[in-house]
Amino acid sequence: MTDAIEVLGLRKVYGDLVAVDDVSLTVRAGEMFGILGPNGAGKTTTLEMVEGLRQPDAGEARLLGEPTWPRNEALLPRIGVQLQSSAFFDLLTAREQIRTFAALYGVSSRRADDWLERVGLADKADTRSDRLSGGQLQRLAIACALVHEPEVVFLDEPTAGVDPQARRNLWDLLRGLNAEGRTLVLTTHYLDEAEALCDRVAIMDHGRVLKLDTPAALVRGLDAPVRIYAAPHEVTVEQARALPGVETVEDDGAAVVLTTHRPSEVLARLAELEALEGLQVRAATLEDVFLDLTGRAYRA
Amino acid sequence: MSTPGTSTPGTSTPGTSTPGTSTKRSDPTEQRSSAFAALAVAIVKGFVRDKASVFFAIVFPLMFLVLFGGIFDVDESPRIELVQVGEVPLFAQLPDGAREAFEETFEVTREADLDEALALVRTGDADAAVRMDSDTLVAHYTQADQVKAAVTQGTLRAFVDGANIAVSGSPPRFAFASERVEDESLQAIQFVTPGLLGWAVAMSASFGAAATLQGWRNSKLLRRLQLAPVSPRTVVAARVLVTVLIALVQMAIFLGLGIVAFGLRLTGWWWVGVPLLVVGTLTFMSVGLLAGAVAKTQEGAVNLANFMVLPMAFLSGSFFPLEGAPSWLQVVSWGLPLRHLNEGMLDLMVRGQGPGSAVLPLAVLAGFALVLTVVAARLFRWDDA
Repeated sequence: MTDAIEVLGLRKVYGDLVAVDDVSLTVRAGEMFGILGPNGAGKTTTLEMVEGLRQPDAGEARLLGEPTWPRNEALLPRIGVQLQSSAFFDLLTAREQIRTFAALYGVSSRRADDWLERVGLADKADTRSDRLSGGQLQRLAIACALVHEPEVVFLDEPTAGVDPQARRNLWDLLRGLNAEGRTLVLTTHYLDEAEALCDRVAIMDHGRVLKLDTPAALVRGLDAPVRIYAAPHEVTVEQARALPGVETVEDDGAAVVLTTHRPSEVLARLAELEALEGLQVRAATLEDVFLDLTGRAYRA
Repeated sequence: MSTPGTSTPGTSTPGTSTPGTSTKRSDPTEQRSSAFAALAVAIVKGFVRDKASVFFAIVFPLMFLVLFGGIFDVDESPRIELVQVGEVPLFAQLPDGAREAFEETFEVTREADLDEALALVRTGDADAAVRMDSDTLVAHYTQADQVKAAVTQGTLRAFVDGANIAVSGSPPRFAFASERVEDESLQAIQFVTPGLLGWAVAMSASFGAAATLQGWRNSKLLRRLQLAPVSPRTVVAARVLVTVLIALVQMAIFLGLGIVAFGLRLTGWWWVGVPLLVVGTLTFMSVGLLAGAVAKTQEGAVNLANFMVLPMAFLSGSFFPLEGAPSWLQVVSWGLPLRHLNEGMLDLMVRGQGPGSAVLPLAVLAGFALVLTVVAARLFRWDDA
């Protein structure tokens, strides 16, 4: 499989601040790729250099085999971009917005309307974009990014400022776009989003890529213990300590918390103790990976 | 309505075909013109739907026009047409003040033959025929228009009386002074229309450019357009076209209202004011670009543009004539682009000057536009860092 994006040693400095520091990565064609990190990690700047919006101070970004800097007008119809914050024309309706963007790419109004339908905004077509909700606005931005059927799609924080239900809808939309064979690159500061959506994730902090792998591999590589939360009346701390495979036990007041690297074995024992009622199992998440990598708890 | 992402593939569903191959790319020229048209339409809609921008571009300056036009508004009656037969020394010897009044009341044509003159009066082509019968001024008139007839008689009698007193050599005991209000009204509307139009165009051009540049930068629309296959030239051209169209609409409304409601009279070369106004629009777009490049918010950009344009309007004679202004102010005034725009428009539209009078304003305005655009380009940023 070919690479949709190749990034080699990208660097961007603003004054004293190294916004992006020697970032290298590749995104395969058809992949859903996530760049994860807290605000100010350099995600957006990295993305903007890959898109060809900013000149790198060092390094190179190639998109579909071609360098993105300087501005390469032949490349632009092949990529779709949704930028952070709503990049729309003033006071136009949803339909007028997407038709205007369609016209910039020589795409017919009919196809623009089809896209509006596809993202579920057909009934909001005549609503002015400044009166749409956060989720609707993001969907409109995604539709505007996709109206010319690009091969590679960049989404900068596609679920920022969106309520949880609308967020799930957006995830479904993005999965559908990816399933059609498009390469999707998205930045997010939500760990669960990267975990739920992305084939591979680059974790960024302070302008550097700390780790790049599939979410599962990242968690596995962490070798973090599984945490089992048992209801306090089901099992005592002493009973839990006695179980083979259990590493630590503590009573946090709400539950007896066991940690283990052999969860199936421990769970089988707990089942024998008939202590499964109200039991919760929590595997390590990207959150733990981030904590492990940076030594500080993740805060978006 | 289908849930996003779950819509089943079908012929009408976008995105179901292989990405990148399904869109037929139209030929580049066609695509460029469709992009240009779409951008222009989007900008026009944005302008028309923004009540504030319409208000400041059209309604607000019109309020001033109505105010100035209305204050001095008196119906102006057309001049009385006199046919003069032979020499009338009385007319030739009028003192200066009286001559002015006379010329504003009467339009005098000459006719050698009395019968022909009378025929003109009879057919209504002239209001009265006058001749001298030794020392008597004889006026021939019809009663077709009684008001005009009375005015003609009364006015001519007054001139004769005045001449008699002048001849007698003794100073008149009673004096009569009149303020010719309608004359001032004429001057006011003549003066005020081009100046207010200049101000209105300066406002809408600079506000539009400032708000577009800053607003589009702020919303990252500039960035978004940078990633669309349209050249910056196309984007700029669309914005310029819309601003020029708005300026022409302003001109049409101002001149139309001035002529219909306030008796504005345009002189021969007024239409040379159209290209002058277009170049002036570009100049004030560049003022707006400067404001938009510097300001941090859209409101800030518009306010900054206003901060430059409003004082300039005062100093450039948009609201009141600068003839009586101190000389230092005159000097400052000629350093401002709006003064050149206003003077050029006044010369062409109401002072009856030829197209040559547009050359200097055009050159000055184009110079300002060039310099300001270069400065704005230097200060240009793609986004608010």
